[in-house]
Amino acid sequence: MTEAAAPGGVGGLMRRGAQGRTFPVLTVLLAIVAIWYFAAIGMNAQWVRDQAARSDTVLTTTQFVGQTLTLDRPVLPAPHQVAVGLWDGIAGQKVTSKRSLIYHGWVTLSATLAGFAIGSLAGILLAVGIVHNRAMDQSVMPWAVASQTVPILAIAPMVIVVFASAGVTGLLPKAVIAAWLSFFPVLVGMVKGLRTPDAMQLDLMRSWSASQSQQFWRLRLPSSMPYLFASLKVAVAAALVGTIVGELPAGASSGLGARLLSGSYYGQTVQIWSALFTAAALAALLVTVIGLIEKLTLQRMGLAR
Amino acid sequence: MAASVIEASRVGLTFQTADGPVHALKDVDLTIGQGDFVSFIGPSGCGKTTLLRAIAALETPTAGRLSVNGMTPDAARKARAYGYVFQAPGLYPWRTIAGNISLPLEIMGFQRADRKQRIQRVLDLVDLAGFGGKFPWQLSGGMQQRASIARALAFDADILLMDEPFGALDEIVRDRLNEALLALWAKTGKTIGFVTHSIPEAVYLSTRIVVMSPRPGRITRIIESPLPRERPLDIRDTPEFIALAHEVREGLREGHSYD
Repeated sequence: MTEAAAPGGVGGLMRRGAQGRTFPVLTVLLAIVAIWYFAAIGMNAQWVRDQAARSDTVLTTTQFVGQTLTLDRPVLPAPHQVAVGLWDGIAGQKVTSKRSLIYHGWVTLSATLAGFAIGSLAGILLAVGIVHNRAMDQSVMPWAVASQTVPILAIAPMVIVVFASAGVTGLLPKAVIAAWLSFFPVLVGMVKGLRTPDAMQLDLMRSWSASQSQQFWRLRLPSSMPYLFASLKVAVAAALVGTIVGELPAGASSGLGARLLSGSYYGQTVQIWSALFTAAALAALLVTVIGLIEKLTLQRMGLAR
Repeated sequence: MAASVIEASRVGLTFQTADGPVHALKDVDLTIGQGDFVSFIGPSGCGKTTLLRAIAALETPTAGRLSVNGMTPDAARKARAYGYVFQAPGLYPWRTIAGNISLPLEIMGFQRADRKQRIQRVLDLVDLAGFGGKFPWQLSGGMQQRASIARALAFDADILLMDEPFGALDEIVRDRLNEALLALWAKTGKTIGFVTHSIPEAVYLSTRIVVMSPRPGRITRIIESPLPRERPLDIRDTPEFIALAHEVREGLREGHSYD
């Protein structure tokens, strides 16, 4: 709430622009775009030079730079090319078209949400078991850790193949891979969260002869809320990565992962980058939504000040 | 003396630790009567908190016999014999003051209307009427501790066990709360067990002072207070008060508490 103190009026607005967040954020953004342009010129230079040598033409600097930034299949597309690609994919197609990023984004999003739901639920349930049962604490945690040390790229094709051999394709296998990645942060966060009540708070519960379930619902679960939301944010991003990885093998025809793969098959770098940016925007959206739910929940609980 | 509420005979409690057994309590004999205000005083490690926790069935004695209201401490706890107040208020930050007081009532299965009435009554009792809707962080430390006392009183236990309840507060707030606690005790007639490491606090509040000493934790002296039950704060300047404080100090010295 530091910015609320800034005085109003145009002068205040300008000062706020300079002192507040707008100025630094814009500076960083501009710097990134500038670096990107330079990188695009550098990385596409070889191709342009080769083309010029082949056709025996001599390019001026302006022509040279212009060509590096407008190639059909650049090594690294320039920001404006990606922007055009994004615009075309989002606004220039029917939503049902195979070329629409909204269509592919939705395919990925639905599997991500399903996987996130399965993973979060599994993580919460396992954490509850681990906190209440010593045997589970010692037996489940090592396997959970082990599951995350296996590279997801190695697991994903196996999951797809196993499901496909059982006749299941589409959303579910991808959701399972997403759940594989997303249950772990929730598990770790919830174990920590459910264990935050200190000895005194637990003694108080004992002094009232509270049952295990009363202790859980009235003390452990509310105490764990801040931890739950922090881990859900990590989990939802992980679920998105899992879904995209799940779309890479098996030659899936839809989803942002499939879009990435077909882009790389045909050297359509603009398509790859557009899909990447769509995925990033999706992740940002999901994390923002969870952040909003977090804020509302903690506010209602009186935990946000 | 009135009917005895808490009886301890040759109570011992030994913790098994990695460095060998620790004798937290040894041969503790004590009888606390109905309506008594008993303070436990002694240096850290003398077992005063352990004794209070044993009475509350939060620890289990390893020797001797301990009874509360004629029952085992465990049975007494299930019969809601006591309310316990810790050094920290331990209020849940996600519940309002009323919600916090309601918590033990919910756990014990009181009906909603009954809960509301009880919350109102104990809030009045600790002088926090009108603060029920506030969250703990909106209250001062002293008010939070009063709320935690209200919570311990809400389900009408006859015994109030308090483990250094004002230990974390500054002296001015502490004086006021001591005064308020005496008023509350006079009004409700509860039996109070009160752990402290402040001699003036013990002398000011108690009808009996139990002086304890460490290694092994034991009772070295039990002092009956000759002070009247009604005690204004300035009673602390009277010769009787000073003599009593001196006696407590003697008791502590006897137990080598100053070594």
